[in-house]
Amino acid sequence: MSTDVNVKLDALPGLDADALPLEVKNLQVEFRTRNGIARAVNGVNFSLRAGETRAILGESGCGKSVTAQAIMGILDSPPGFVTGGEIRYRGVDLLKLREAQRRKVRANRIAMIFQDALSALNPVFTVGFQLGELFRKHRGMSRADSKVRAVELLDLVKIPAAKQRVNEYPHQFSGGMRQRVMIAMALALDPEVLIADEPTTALDVTVQAQIMSLLAELQRERNMGLLLITHDMGVVADVADQISVMYAGRVIEEAPVREIYESPSHPYTKGLLESIPRLDLKGQELSAIKGLPPLLTDIPKGCAFNPRCRYAQDACRRDPVPPLYQVAPSRSSACHFWKEVKADV
Amino acid sequence: MSDIVLEARDLVKHFPLTQGILFKRQIGAVRAVDGINLQLRRGETLGIVGESGCGKSTLARMLVGLETPTSGDLFVQGRNMAKVGGAERRRGRRNIQLVMQDPYTSLNPRMTVGDIVGEPFEVHPEVLAKPKRRARVQELLDLVGLNPDHINRYPHQFSGGQRQRIGIARALALNPEIILCDEPVSALDVSIQAQVINLLEKLQDELGLSYIFIAHDLSVVRHIADRVAVMYLGRVVEIGTEDQIYENPTHPYTQALLSAVPVPDPKLRGLRDQIVLTGDVPSPANPPSGCRFRTRCWKAQEICAQQEPALAVRQSSAHPSACHFAEVRDVVHAQR
Repeated sequence: MSTDVNVKLDALPGLDADALPLEVKNLQVEFRTRNGIARAVNGVNFSLRAGETRAILGESGCGKSVTAQAIMGILDSPPGFVTGGEIRYRGVDLLKLREAQRRKVRANRIAMIFQDALSALNPVFTVGFQLGELFRKHRGMSRADSKVRAVELLDLVKIPAAKQRVNEYPHQFSGGMRQRVMIAMALALDPEVLIADEPTTALDVTVQAQIMSLLAELQRERNMGLLLITHDMGVVADVADQISVMYAGRVIEEAPVREIYESPSHPYTKGLLESIPRLDLKGQELSAIKGLPPLLTDIPKGCAFNPRCRYAQDACRRDPVPPLYQVAPSRSSACHFWKEVKADV
Repeated sequence: MSDIVLEARDLVKHFPLTQGILFKRQIGAVRAVDGINLQLRRGETLGIVGESGCGKSTLARMLVGLETPTSGDLFVQGRNMAKVGGAERRRGRRNIQLVMQDPYTSLNPRMTVGDIVGEPFEVHPEVLAKPKRRARVQELLDLVGLNPDHINRYPHQFSGGQRQRIGIARALALNPEIILCDEPVSALDVSIQAQVINLLEKLQDELGLSYIFIAHDLSVVRHIADRVAVMYLGRVVEIGTEDQIYENPTHPYTQALLSAVPVPDPKLRGLRDQIVLTGDVPSPANPPSGCRFRTRCWKAQEICAQQEPALAVRQSSAHPSACHFAEVRDVVHAQR
């Protein structure tokens, strides 16, 4: 790693090498639209250790991607605004940084992979040029040097014939190969935190398996923290260490992966687990969660899940929103009746 | 009447690749579907699985008559759809309806729900007299779990799951015996997906429908299907009952496909037999000689390049499997 950049990163106010690579506290994001204010994220908390994989699990519209965008600082603004909370990288609150400082953190320390690799890559530049751009902009390398690094990166993500393919355009790559290019791009500057937003949703299962095993291998080698944003409970079970389940802009349950699948302690998590058909079992009727997720412009009072919940009682329909109850060490659930839910098998 | 409601014999669809503008000449063909034999029995669900580009959607379009086969025959309740013409053909088509993948683009945003669900009657006016249609549309909406009073609403006023219900109601309008579902739940969230799957199963029980269920999600197919066909590059490589395919898969591609599906149970992490395939699916314009899977297969030998394996029952495979070296391998369950 070239030293000049690290010098600049050291200059970040309050940088503490011993603090966690990523800590999100009480994050709030809203979208100001013509139809009112949509509260996409309403106080999200989590932290990520080096080498750890945390999955943020949730359905469309729960605020998981918005959380990722807020961390990266790539929220479309307007209409999106971060209205409160802290996002700390090694103790530095990213939300208080100037844009120029933030740009140093982005890709250097925290990088991101997107779902749709074809639209995330620029179709009019070669893959090598786009990969090299990182080294030219962030490391001040020459064109020739950056090209060499681009080939190394394609090799790293196991793209065959990297020397030739570096001169090709994104449309000449298959879906899986494009996602590999995205991973290469994210890893180029050796980040400490990698955010993967639905990295395999657009891919076929056999390719998904290739990409997930590549990601796991690279993460292990580099001791990176991985924030995996997904709706796929199967993928989560395979790779995650910690899980945060989101619903209507809040984390409603947080737990280590084994425990959450064994004894979910929030009715929504439980409902999700019961509604997926399993490959290794032939099921009877699926127990679906009734109803629909709420509109973010009109989140129900009290617990946002109460209209769909079979445990709901009067307390759930009244404000305040249920707090995160401590279920066990390192486990929490935002349900007044978590004891009943957890005991109910 | 025979028990087989739909049969495909050697169905082929090639899309020509041409060169030149004025004097076009064919330089090849994308062999999207290349010789498929299928039978659908009354009241059963046949699942068709495969990855993108394997030809499953082209097959679906041929089965409902949106695409004319290059060669081969399609029988709907004993009628050869290519041979019969006019009114007879329309009657045949009436019996097989399609539920499409994307509930956002498959409904016309400028039509009300009542017009959308009632449109099949415009095409087949002999089914129901005009004055009775509105009541029938409301009955259909009720059947799929929508409020019949919402008949004058527009598609944008419904959520994704509800829109898929509208699509299902439209498919049911003409009382078909066969419903072809092309990825009906892949655009939906898991909690909504379960609602739609349950609805499809309920309708099958009530109306005695036969389903062809095309999907890439193998867990969903296992849940709903009685028999399953696995496709690769325009051909069926293995076909059998749900149990045979999932518990005793014998084709290497089926095994790889099944082993790649993550199981939502962290206790099984690392305990399952995982086959990670290398490389990509070859182009259907230029498929490999012999067995089409051989370029990615760990079992491939010389014979695989020379001789195309037939889809047949073999000594080591109780159900039809197109592999010279078919053998059972449990990839779905944890190894202990």
